[in-house]
Amino acid sequence: MSSPLIETRQLVVEVGGRCVVNHLDLAVAAGERVAILGRNGAGKSTLLSTLAGLRKPAAGAVLLDGEDCLLMPPRQAALCRAWLGQFQTDPFGSTVLETALTGRHPHLGRWDWESTRDAELARNALQAVGLAGMEKRQIHTLSGGERQRLAIATLLTQAAPLYLLDEPLSHLDLNHQMAVLELFASAARDCGAGLIMVLHDPALAHRFCDRALLLYGDGRTESGAVDAILTAKTLSELYGYGLRQLEDAGHRCFIPE
Amino acid sequence: MPNRQRAILILVSLSLLAVASFGLALMVGSYQVAPAEVLAALLGQAGGAGDIVLQLRLPRALAGFACGGLLALAGALMQVLLRNPLADPYVLGISGGAGVGAMFAILIGLPTLGIDGLAFAGALGAMFLVFGLAHGDGSWTQTRLLLTGVIVAAGCGALVALMLSIAPDTKLRGMLFWLMGDLAQAGSSWPPLLALAIALTLAMPFARELNLLARGMMQAQALGVAVNRLRYAIFLLASLATAASVTTAGSIGFVGLVVPHLVRLATGNDQRLLLPASVLAGGSMLVLADTLARTVIAPQQLPVGVLTALIGVPVFLFLLSRQPK
Repeated sequence: MSSPLIETRQLVVEVGGRCVVNHLDLAVAAGERVAILGRNGAGKSTLLSTLAGLRKPAAGAVLLDGEDCLLMPPRQAALCRAWLGQFQTDPFGSTVLETALTGRHPHLGRWDWESTRDAELARNALQAVGLAGMEKRQIHTLSGGERQRLAIATLLTQAAPLYLLDEPLSHLDLNHQMAVLELFASAARDCGAGLIMVLHDPALAHRFCDRALLLYGDGRTESGAVDAILTAKTLSELYGYGLRQLEDAGHRCFIPE
Repeated sequence: MPNRQRAILILVSLSLLAVASFGLALMVGSYQVAPAEVLAALLGQAGGAGDIVLQLRLPRALAGFACGGLLALAGALMQVLLRNPLADPYVLGISGGAGVGAMFAILIGLPTLGIDGLAFAGALGAMFLVFGLAHGDGSWTQTRLLLTGVIVAAGCGALVALMLSIAPDTKLRGMLFWLMGDLAQAGSSWPPLLALAIALTLAMPFARELNLLARGMMQAQALGVAVNRLRYAIFLLASLATAASVTTAGSIGFVGLVVPHLVRLATGNDQRLLLPASVLAGGSMLVLADTLARTVIAPQQLPVGVLTALIGVPVFLFLLSRQPK
């Protein structure tokens, strides 16, 4: 078995002096899919940006490909993992294709311009998220869902072996939610991509992930295979609201009581 | 899609514009010089108009081009640094600091060199003040940087107003011209030209990283940009470029705000093209504006800053009104 794509060692994450993740050991190997679940403010996004090396942990370490991600030059880190943030703000105009092409940055030398091959990768990524034919559109004319799919296309253009997704489904309608999750699931299945994503729907987490990491917001974390951990009992405690579990054709569904 | 050929084509056209603006600046004035005579003077042939062209108009045009280029470059960089299309080179108080230094020097009757020296010292002082205050707790966010800069600029503005109000009438005119920006006070044109060449050379290798920074600090970091280091470098570079220009010609307004916008409208927001194109366009615009300032009510000269503002305000309002495309 090859070394994990990402590994945390006794990771401690704090937000505003409050400990949200206490001594977490987590390893994600190629092809694995992990969902992060928890209430609002439980530290899901903070944990994810810490995993991406964008934020310093309070203690412990995050290893990308076996190297401490804080000691790694940013460009090398960008070749190891791609990170999707929750918010996209665009103070300046830009076309859809130019935006998707920014994903190629870590692959280009200082004086390189994007080649036709880079453009082809970007076009394929746009096609994969259903934005084909919109290459020349200005980004501020896009709808929220289209902007989100463009951010995902930029991530695909980056072509890193590990995807860290913060609420990849926000702004997306139902068909695009499923399309995006299928897309990343097939990247994991066919290309051996690792996947860690913050999700709000435990049913989708159960359907599209192998493991789940629950954040309780007070530093406690719990992880395990989705079948074992995503149950009405644990989720009711996690969200602080009673949930009932239904099953249909192997898919789980949770409804509030 | 960003394309190198297109970039070169645009830069060549703008270079031609720059050459044309120089041609006009050398020919036009209270004494008209024919194109052939200008050429003869530039080629070193002694002639009637040689002194006017080489001693008076060329240094002034060169200084104007350098200042315009520096301001446009600094403006483009500040807009990326603050991720705010309304930022200009003066927003962080650099010109305010230089103004305090220059006003003080004029007030106590220092010669030109002293005015330049104190203006530059004032610009550096404002720069380090903003840098230190904004960086205080290590957060160094855009909002904090912007607010600190605006407050320092306001403080400098108050000091300038204080000195203007106690200045004797004989010195008031010189002080006002300095504040409005005036190329007649420019000394040697080599320091700003050198500063422009160095600033552009230092900025260009980071142009693609600036593209990412404009899209967001976290996104840029995630895509492999050493964001904090880059932002410090951009702050220092833009501030020093502004200081070099302000020291040479006073605080000429609107070039640094409007030119990057105009260029962006024509070329898009790729900094690899935007930065050099802004330098060429800003330089040309200031040379043309200064030529106009020398000739509109010749033999009397207007401060060029008045003309750039008079041209800049309507252009900017026009751009603003058509912004949501």
